[in-house]
Amino acid sequence: MSTQSYAIRDSATMLRRNLRHVLRYPGMTFGVLGTPVVMLLLFRYVFGGTLGAGIGSAGHGGYIGYLTPGIIVLAVSSASVSTAVAVNTDMTQGIINRFRTMAIARVSVLTGHVAGSVIQTVTSAALVTGLAVAMGFRPAASAAGWIAVIAVTVAVAFALTWVSVALGLMAKTPENASNLPTPLVFLPFLGSAFIPPQSMAPGLRWFAEYQPFTPIIETLRGLLMGTPAGGSALTAGAWCVGLALAGYVSARALFNRGTVR
Amino acid sequence: MPVSSASRLDLDPASTSHHGGMNRQRHSPAPALSAAGLRKSFGDKVVLGGIDLHVPEGTVFSLLGPNGAGKTTTVQILSTLIPATGGHVRVAGRDVRTEADRVRAAIGVTGQFSAVDDLLTGAENLLLMADLHHLDRREGRRRAADLLEEFELAGVASKTAATYSGGMRRRLDLAMTLVGDPGIIFLDEPTTGLDPRSRRRVWQIIRDLVAGGVTVFLTTQYLQEADQLADRIAVLDRGKLVAEGTPDELKRLIPGGHILLRFTDQGELGAAARARGEGARDDEALTLQVPSDGSVKSLRAMLDRLAGEPVEVAALSVHTPDLDDVFLALTGHPGTDSTGTDSTGTDSTGADKDSPR
Repeated sequence: MSTQSYAIRDSATMLRRNLRHVLRYPGMTFGVLGTPVVMLLLFRYVFGGTLGAGIGSAGHGGYIGYLTPGIIVLAVSSASVSTAVAVNTDMTQGIINRFRTMAIARVSVLTGHVAGSVIQTVTSAALVTGLAVAMGFRPAASAAGWIAVIAVTVAVAFALTWVSVALGLMAKTPENASNLPTPLVFLPFLGSAFIPPQSMAPGLRWFAEYQPFTPIIETLRGLLMGTPAGGSALTAGAWCVGLALAGYVSARALFNRGTVR
Repeated sequence: MPVSSASRLDLDPASTSHHGGMNRQRHSPAPALSAAGLRKSFGDKVVLGGIDLHVPEGTVFSLLGPNGAGKTTTVQILSTLIPATGGHVRVAGRDVRTEADRVRAAIGVTGQFSAVDDLLTGAENLLLMADLHHLDRREGRRRAADLLEEFELAGVASKTAATYSGGMRRRLDLAMTLVGDPGIIFLDEPTTGLDPRSRRRVWQIIRDLVAGGVTVFLTTQYLQEADQLADRIAVLDRGKLVAEGTPDELKRLIPGGHILLRFTDQGELGAAARARGEGARDDEALTLQVPSDGSVKSLRAMLDRLAGEPVEVAALSVHTPDLDDVFLALTGHPGTDSTGTDSTGTDSTGADKDSPR
């Protein structure tokens, strides 16, 4: 077998290991769902009436139609905390040093985490979407649109997971690992997740328009609600590729740096 | 010989490759592992100051030293975990720097800190190793079942490793190391923290491995452990090898054991010293140090001899040679913070004249 197929086989083995951890200790997975679910309830039932009236232009589908794409992205971004913590905790386990002294594809330790986290994250995004539908969300997407929605969600999850893996490797302690991704979790709030950037203060508005989550959210919103996404899709794609690459390169370098003590 | 290997280290590092060549000629079996001029520093801190190692195939080599001597660092370099700062290391005939993956395929490592996955069961841990060694499913399952049986873990195979006792965890750790049938095994303090019974069990496992032709590189801070298992022992002190030889050769360097008698006053001490006729007398500490092999027979003979004298022995302790004695004998300073040693009845300050205790 070639080194490449070993890398895939070893990654699959590591993925099985991570999924087994998740199934055995599902607490963390449910914790991941907490933030987006609370925000969905809060913005639908508490702030939703006023915000919906204020936005107005959200038009068809009401405020929940505007809100849900943002919540989906929030579900993805808030999962980065659990990924970073899981990676950091895992690195302190003696078994990682065992992996390092075995003739396996080294990167499989990381790809196993990434694959596991993407599966978890996309599942959590799907559950949140289901909840939104139960709360009155009526997407206008076609079958092809839904496939595109899934593709975008997976791409964003993939990119953010690599960044989170790098953050988890960078952190000195699990506590530190749970703090480092905080900006990622809050960035959607400073984008178009809950309100259009046009209504924000000038400086903030500029930031909201140029940060990565806004084009991602706009792309999803366009696909789900049929609103015009403009050039968002291209920008969103570029951000995903860039973040994934930066995360992958730094995660790899951090992992190869040496033993973690 | 111990003395010559100690002096060998004082030679110019530039000549180490030449010495490596000499080593190869002297030992006829192919070396499983060899190091020449191995150095490692972390920043300004020199952890290994140039050590030479030569381990023939199928033998047990023990690196003996206190905490902080550089044992774990040595194992980490030999097992490709961290790079050396200088020197040449070959394991299984491969350079650890340029052919790390070939080395990894030939070795198994059981580190000082347990390398098991706590969240997986014993069986799952072994199957994970089987998968990573690319065994096919059926073979992997058979291998895992065999090892669980062999290491007496079959009863707890479906419990997570987090629930295991220290001894069970160490056995699982060893079993995981063996899944890939490595030819060379590194064991970094394999019995530290284990109770005496578990320790003996681990020793037996190591003996069985060696009987099967495996080369073992073992680090320990217990002289007894090295003595029990190793064909050759190297003593590591502050990053330098201070002696190397067979267990018997090393033990000849250590002052024998002794019995330490303590008295209440000078008169008693004087009387006892006259009665014994031999032994080191310490007037300040009021002690008399009598050579002894630590046996009951020698203890009884000494007490019989004192029984005829009108002296009162205030305290008595039997001192058996331990790592501290090795260090004292070889380096002139005690093994320092080797607090983990548990040699019973040992008064480690016995040889120290200034000892107030």
